[in-house]
Amino acid sequence: MSEKKPTRVGYGETLVEIGQDERVYVLTGDLKESVMVHLFAENYPKRFIQVGIAEQNMCNVAAGLALIGKIPFWTTYGAFASCRALDMIRVTVCYSELNVKIIGGHSGLTVGPDGASHQILEDIAIIRSLPNIEMVIPCDYWEAKKATRAIYERKGPKYLRLGRAPQPIVTDINTPFVFGKANILTNGNDVAIIACGQMVSESLIAANNLSQLGITARVINMHTLKPIDRDVIIESAKDCKAIVTVEEHQINGGLGSAVAQVCAETIPVPIEYVAIMDKFGKSGDPDELLEYFGLRASNIEKAVQKVLQRKF
Amino acid sequence: MNVEDLQKMALIIRRNIITMLFHAGSGHTGGSLSCTDFATVLMFRELIHNPKNPKWIDRDILLYSNGHVTPVNYSCLAEAGYFPKKDLLQFRKLSGHLQGHPSCHDTPGIEVSSGSLGQGLSIGCGVAIASKREQHRRRTYVVLGDGELQEGMIWEAAMFAGHYQLNNLCAIVDRNRKQIDGDTEEVMALEPLVEKWQSFRWHVITIDGHNISEINNAFQTAKNVNDKPTVIIAKTVMGKGVSFMENDYKWHGVAPKRDQAEKALAELGTSLDEWTNYLASH
Repeated sequence: MSEKKPTRVGYGETLVEIGQDERVYVLTGDLKESVMVHLFAENYPKRFIQVGIAEQNMCNVAAGLALIGKIPFWTTYGAFASCRALDMIRVTVCYSELNVKIIGGHSGLTVGPDGASHQILEDIAIIRSLPNIEMVIPCDYWEAKKATRAIYERKGPKYLRLGRAPQPIVTDINTPFVFGKANILTNGNDVAIIACGQMVSESLIAANNLSQLGITARVINMHTLKPIDRDVIIESAKDCKAIVTVEEHQINGGLGSAVAQVCAETIPVPIEYVAIMDKFGKSGDPDELLEYFGLRASNIEKAVQKVLQRKF
Repeated sequence: MNVEDLQKMALIIRRNIITMLFHAGSGHTGGSLSCTDFATVLMFRELIHNPKNPKWIDRDILLYSNGHVTPVNYSCLAEAGYFPKKDLLQFRKLSGHLQGHPSCHDTPGIEVSSGSLGQGLSIGCGVAIASKREQHRRRTYVVLGDGELQEGMIWEAAMFAGHYQLNNLCAIVDRNRKQIDGDTEEVMALEPLVEKWQSFRWHVITIDGHNISEINNAFQTAKNVNDKPTVIIAKTVMGKGVSFMENDYKWHGVAPKRDQAEKALAELGTSLDEWTNYLASH
């Protein structure tokens, strides 16, 4: 887990591969290099569209492309994709069920020094509430490559959440990626730790530390947030009888809420949430921020101890 | 269709609008009637399309960004053969497939679901830029209400189309000068409108939006502009064709009651019974 690479790099590289399909168009709003679509632009200039700083327009230009059979990927920061263009995503893309791929880059706290306006911590909740769209949050570089290909191959509206900072690599080229099917990374029956994105690597560190204490944790990489893998949640609730969810997102409406909803309907078990506690972010180094907002392995370990005490 | 046939068809469309709105009990009358003449020309003369195969990939694209004018939109689609005319009597009803605002999954011929204003021109830009880059002959038409020009996104799209010289894109502004809260120039002034579009690098044509020949000519001119998108500012009258509805902004989102529908249809040379039967039997 020592090697690090940003998920956005995996995205940008894979776009070049799938760009061989002449239906693929890529759009951006004055962020060509930071969201890594310059790679596509260099290879396929005819199918690259610079929209300027106009996310609402970008979303619906993409919708128009989809209308005549193209496969558009419109790429900006998650903050602007999910919030600035929300009405367009809702009415034009989702209601019409157009084959539009929305890429929210630089998501979560780890965009770092740019501060709260850019640290989107609400997009999972927003996108999860919309009908007809599916959402993936890759945990590392390799998974970002597979997720990019998956949303290209799957028809309909998709939201892909990417990060800016280099993230620990926890999977490899051969790790299976099945859309909508979570990956169980460690075996354990004392507690299930369900995480997404960069928090998967923190969860693995926590699980390793907990094993020193004789606690076995089942770490689950919930890469597909919508549709969520209900089976893996139900199975974990049954086997472990306690769950901790971990996400670089607000506590309201994100992964934790999704997991709690499934448990409440099926097997209610104690759940603890490691998330942002209804606050805006701050400027700082990504690592400092994870520490400050309580998204470190140590916070996950504390949450596990707490949930184990609440176990029936 | 020639000018005379188009005028006849526009009359039929207006009768359909009043009749379906009466049966629905709610809906948008004023803008539907102001759009009727150019909507008729678009559907029955300009558009290259196939009602029997609405998703034909090489079709022209027509988008109503002012989604609420479904009565004129659906009436044209029904007369063109996209679905039976009797369906118009199920407008806005759970039992029918004609939503208050257009839904592309429910209704053949509707390209994109809409209803939130200001969004259509951008969609048109997406169609037009790919068509232009791939040298496809397809043309894209976007109908805009004048009130919705107050949405910022319209001008993002206008800037985009001007920048990329999308000469295969034609916008038509239904310039009836009325919106829900009153006169556009009192609610939020749009003038000088011609200069606004010109400064965004568009070719601007201003016409009488109820004169079929002028409408025809404007569409022909637009096709011959080779380095700019074209906007046709169609000067229209809200509620056009029904004397007591004309120029009254209160008719924006109100359907006629029975006596009003009877009166309106009498002015349009028919009756509520006769036209309901016409729709029900087709």
